[in-house]
Amino acid sequence: MKLFKDVLPKAFVIFFIFTVLCGVVYTMVVTGLAQLIFPNQANGSIIEVDGKKYGCELLGQQYTDPAHMWGRIMNIDVSTYKDENGKTVMYAEPSNISPASDEYEALVAKRVAMLREANPDMDETAIPVDLVTCSGSGLDPHISRAAAEYQVPRIARENNMTEEEVREIIETCTDGKFLGVFGEETVNVLKVNLMLDGIL
Amino acid sequence: MSIVIQYILYLAILVIFAIPFGAYIKKVMEGEKTFLSKILTPCENVIYKVMRIDKEEQMNWKKYVASVFIFSGIGFLFLFLLQLLQGVLPGNPQGVSGVKWDLSFNTAVSFITNTNWQSYTGESTLSYLTQAVGLTVQNFVSAATGMAVLFALIRGFTRVKTDGLGSFWVDMVRIVVHILLPLNLVLSLLLVGGGVIQNLKGAQTVSLVEPIAVSAEGEWIENAVIDLEHGTVTVDGEVVEDAEIVTEQFVPMGPAASQIAVKQTGTNGGGYTGVNSAHPLENPNAFTNLLEMISILLIPASLCFTFGNAVKNKKQGTAIFIAMFICLVLALASITVSEQLGTPQLSQSGNVDISMEHQAGGNMEGKEARFGIAASSAWSAFTTAASNGSVNAMHDSYTPLGGMVTMLLMQLGEVIFGGVGCGLYGMMAFVILTVFIAGLLVGRTPEFLGKKIEPYEMKWVVIVCLAAPVTILVGSGIAALVPEVADSLHNSGAHGFSELLYTYSSCGANNGSAFAGFHADTVFLNISLGIVMLVARFLPIVGTLAIAGSLAEKKKIATTAGTLSTTNAMFVFLLIFVILLVGALSFFPALALGPIAEFFSQVM
Repeated sequence: MKLFKDVLPKAFVIFFIFTVLCGVVYTMVVTGLAQLIFPNQANGSIIEVDGKKYGCELLGQQYTDPAHMWGRIMNIDVSTYKDENGKTVMYAEPSNISPASDEYEALVAKRVAMLREANPDMDETAIPVDLVTCSGSGLDPHISRAAAEYQVPRIARENNMTEEEVREIIETCTDGKFLGVFGEETVNVLKVNLMLDGIL
Repeated sequence: MSIVIQYILYLAILVIFAIPFGAYIKKVMEGEKTFLSKILTPCENVIYKVMRIDKEEQMNWKKYVASVFIFSGIGFLFLFLLQLLQGVLPGNPQGVSGVKWDLSFNTAVSFITNTNWQSYTGESTLSYLTQAVGLTVQNFVSAATGMAVLFALIRGFTRVKTDGLGSFWVDMVRIVVHILLPLNLVLSLLLVGGGVIQNLKGAQTVSLVEPIAVSAEGEWIENAVIDLEHGTVTVDGEVVEDAEIVTEQFVPMGPAASQIAVKQTGTNGGGYTGVNSAHPLENPNAFTNLLEMISILLIPASLCFTFGNAVKNKKQGTAIFIAMFICLVLALASITVSEQLGTPQLSQSGNVDISMEHQAGGNMEGKEARFGIAASSAWSAFTTAASNGSVNAMHDSYTPLGGMVTMLLMQLGEVIFGGVGCGLYGMMAFVILTVFIAGLLVGRTPEFLGKKIEPYEMKWVVIVCLAAPVTILVGSGIAALVPEVADSLHNSGAHGFSELLYTYSSCGANNGSAFAGFHADTVFLNISLGIVMLVARFLPIVGTLAIAGSLAEKKKIATTAGTLSTTNAMFVFLLIFVILLVGALSFFPALALGPIAEFFSQVM
């Protein structure tokens, strides 16, 4: 009991100090410095052209128009978020499905059929895995180089462009590996589509 | 090949930073001067003044335990109430309401125990105030608590004939002020530079390039043809009544980077967003991924060297580091091979290209394109070896064997680096167990670092070593008997059982990662997992401090030619063997029912 009386007040004071220091001071200092040094990144890397927000560079969207480049498979969530006017806004989630299940086999078969139908020029080519899988966040903005290349003939045909022109756009929107080693080479699908649409 | 180079660099960077950082931590622990002392020591002293505590106080082990418990208890109450009341408190631009009591209980326990299991989804359930003043604070102090307990244990080895293990308050203040705050300040700014959000704005919306349609029941309509001008939605030529056209996308905002930094360095792992570091705003590219991933193991690896420095036996620190390192590399290699091979269900008899030609290839389900197989597999090995629990890919969608290795790393009791502080004190219990077994084999009185290991220590060592396996197996065993738990499973068959086993392994090992398809937000699961986390965290703390108290009172015996070496290759091998033996014997039956069964059904 004496131990308890001795420890309790000190525990309260130190908890209060840590809450102020690590919760308030630390958070505000980081926020202040971040807004000062990296305002674009700190605010979500949103692509704004002439005052209109055309998307977030880092968040994937759903594309089904054959004239657009397609991204990762999306597991769309339209039940969680509303804007201030009560209108539904889109978000997405990972599938969390086991890649060793029969259910999964059927799902992928469906996606393969859909992609085969949309890309008749690529009948002989195996479909790059990124195009038939759902990502870890559900919101992956990127696909691999192979997955972009697979779509080049379709995108060129639908937009009346040459394949070279499409490849040029893809090249502009490709990020290499960090320091040439870390991570993977990726194509930002939103940027490609905004360029195809003439917005960027 | 590129994968191997990436891995060698990850591990090299880790070691290069861990050795000097370990030496720095040792100086902080003993109150010696460091290059930051000029700025930080005055801050430290102000806190002592406000608290009216004596810097030189020496607590006996019981007082140290009482301080840990009472401090954690206050943290629990504060976080519990903060969540219940967040709806009426400021710092809530999203206007989220108070959290349900059972979920609040679970989350509060989860954060004070350094587990950071997420039954909640950050961006939709918690206010900015709760994230910053509640969760971020616990990210700091639960990590600091683990390190403080480790410091007390180290003092048990180094001190002779005393009952004083140092002051919990002084240890906590030094760890937070000298180690965690500066480290995380730098890290969070680097993360923002890399593209992680850090602001106080409410969530934003941005335009969709292609609008999508939602039915009156609130479900996404696939194959919908949308006429924006007339606002109509048709499927196969038929108009869908009352369909809503969605033209905007949700973009979460808030003070994320500051929390993400400490979530990684403190082996916490509770994400700012529901999908954790897989989220592109939480971990946008390979640069931030490198920072976040190295941060997972930085302090746990450094502490091995801190230990070696502090007990004045650097070889001992290195030997323990090597044992952990070997296990990590083995796990890393097995996960990577399994994920790169993918599954027949995915490859569709060659219709899907899972080669490495201009892509990561392999099992990309649940993985981000920017991380591919290499950076995802490495992260999952790091995060389950350390008791971090953050993820950059969905473990639920790993191949059966890849998922099994992540589970096994947790089931070994989180001693392969493990949590900040708690990983190493857990490992010490295994070291003592190994010394004891080796002593029996050669017929000598077991001793470690000049201290005799006697029945009193052995009793506690066994409790520390078995706390995780027992809570995991008893917890998942009970849960498997509760009918409603079946509704929480996302996948069916053997993988469904894996989800349940993973859940209890994660909580019983204070890890916090998940097979995230599992729906854990039910009253039974929130409460039972909460209890599992509490037992698995605090029982070993009591045991560790009891051992420390008993060791400190002993005299030091001189090393002789007959003393069993605890730093040579033989001992490292024995240690790994004992860890794997305890883990494998405890969990083989359960793993056979889950991932192993799934693996065989996949190849059949």
